[in-house]
Amino acid sequence: MSVRFVFQRLLFLVMVIWAASTITFFIPRISTRNPIRERFAELARNGGFSPADMDKIVAAMSSKFGLDKPLLEQYIDYMSGIARLDLGVSLNKYPKTVWVLIMESLPWTIGLLFTATILSFIIGNLLGAIAAWPRAPNWLRGFATPFVLLQGMPPVLLGVLLLFFVGFRMKLLPLGGAYSIGIQPSWSLSFALDMLKHQILPALALIFGSVGGWALSMRGMGITIQGEDYVNFAEHKGLSDVTIFRDYYMRNALLPQVTGFALAMGGLITSGLIVEGIFGLPGVGSVLNDAIRSNDFMVIYGIVLFIIIAVAVLMVAVELLYPLIDPRIRNTN
Amino acid sequence: MATIAMPQTGQIKQPGRITMVLRYLRRNPSLAIGLLILLALIAFTVIGLLTVNPKNAYPLAVRSKQPPSAQYPLGTDFFGRDMLTAMVVGIWQTALIGVLAGAIGTLIGVVLGFTSAYFGGPIDSGVKGICQILTPIPVLLIQVVIASSIDKRSVTIYTMALIVVMLAWMGPTLVIRSQVLTMKERQFVSVAKLSGVGNLGIIFGEIMPNLLPFIVSAFVVQTFGAVFAAFYLSVLGLGPLREPLLGNIIWAAQNQGAFFNGWWWWPVWPALALMLILGALALIIMGLDEFANPRVRRSE
Repeated sequence: MSVRFVFQRLLFLVMVIWAASTITFFIPRISTRNPIRERFAELARNGGFSPADMDKIVAAMSSKFGLDKPLLEQYIDYMSGIARLDLGVSLNKYPKTVWVLIMESLPWTIGLLFTATILSFIIGNLLGAIAAWPRAPNWLRGFATPFVLLQGMPPVLLGVLLLFFVGFRMKLLPLGGAYSIGIQPSWSLSFALDMLKHQILPALALIFGSVGGWALSMRGMGITIQGEDYVNFAEHKGLSDVTIFRDYYMRNALLPQVTGFALAMGGLITSGLIVEGIFGLPGVGSVLNDAIRSNDFMVIYGIVLFIIIAVAVLMVAVELLYPLIDPRIRNTN
Repeated sequence: MATIAMPQTGQIKQPGRITMVLRYLRRNPSLAIGLLILLALIAFTVIGLLTVNPKNAYPLAVRSKQPPSAQYPLGTDFFGRDMLTAMVVGIWQTALIGVLAGAIGTLIGVVLGFTSAYFGGPIDSGVKGICQILTPIPVLLIQVVIASSIDKRSVTIYTMALIVVMLAWMGPTLVIRSQVLTMKERQFVSVAKLSGVGNLGIIFGEIMPNLLPFIVSAFVVQTFGAVFAAFYLSVLGLGPLREPLLGNIIWAAQNQGAFFNGWWWWPVWPALALMLILGALALIIMGLDEFANPRVRRSE
């Protein structure tokens, strides 16, 4: 891997972050909505202070947040804030910063998304590879078909149906939330089990939503690879089926899938956030949901920017780690 | 003078157009099933719009929280909307957003893809560069920012379609661009150029007809994406909240704890309807891929 490639990828990363933050900077400022005024109008409606002073309060708050400065100066402040991981403060939970809100909820999101993504990647690729493997038993090869039909569905929809069938009808699993009502969070086994039980349905929704996609592309890859000379050679050497499947067939078919993984990251994370919102899990998705409901603009913009940057960083990380699994790239140069 | 025996008419009966289409559909089951589901949905909506009173899809129209019964076949929700009517109106609105955003997005894609690939040079590198930077950004999140910056009262079905399309033209642009790039090197294009056909003549007369299957396929892909994106926005509570858009209904149902309260019918119908819509579109996309790529076309 050449230095030039690393440099190129990092430049790309900076470009994406710059584009995303510029968009999230300018859109709210083109908009006619004034978050601060809306927030205080809401407070005034519920009583608490007289609306007559509103203009003064809004002006004072605007200058406190630096919103009365010239646009260019605001832009520079905003960009340097992002460089320092400063995403602003929540209007609703003032003085909590957006960064703190995200960091509090991030472990939940990472736990769910990491598990679901890794599992669906493994299951999907295995099913796809088996579906294309001529010597696999027939019943095993058809296993991927139902998942392929679900491919591309928003996981939330599967989540709603899972909630209905498994949670509501069969009463097997809880209907939402992070843990049962009335239980205090503690470091005990029963609490951990209870928590896990609440994670099963959202995780299943995410897994069902993406297994088919992996299986489909893996099947395509598998079919191409079967005709390759090295697979034929391995067969003629008399290697066992398992060895051929694992070391010759899977290993090579997986390489493009890893690139696909980097590209799919954005969609996976967005779907994850929305599933969290619907299941009422205390992750970044629910924070976003709450922020949208309560017009907490700083939190909405902060989370959006954070996720975009996270996706871009993860994508470039996967691309930079690629040489570790593909010796062909490692050895050039 | 030798005469060439003309084939006698009536000897070989050419099947009619419709029979040919039906025969093709038999060979392409995913296209056939997809179209069938879509037709059923259209029939449901059209018959529905003709028979039900659309007012019942809005709050306080009927008794609230009624389970499915003879009077309300799909039940009624917490706000007093008849779910059957809400489904009819919701599917119609979803289709409207999808088709509008799909058409606009495809149009932008065709125009940008053609100009960029056909004329090349700085335009091409500009368009390609912008597409490459925007593609990895999870577009939905930018749409969340746009949708939340708009005054909630002015969000309508049409603004939803515009928000969705604003950042969703990169896909068709890249597809059309790559197709035009291969197409413009073909010999029939060179022949047309040598015979003095102008640029517009070549674009519309020579290249466009060959790209029609790709354009149709790009349109369906775009429609799928638009329905998907509009659903995600509305399930986050960023849609036109008054309208019975399918995502809005699910959002409202989860907000009111529909499953906890036993009102299962409230979120389940819109979820099923959306799965049918998206499933039909996905099947059609798979079928069109086969149609546009004759190499994998199955023979009888």
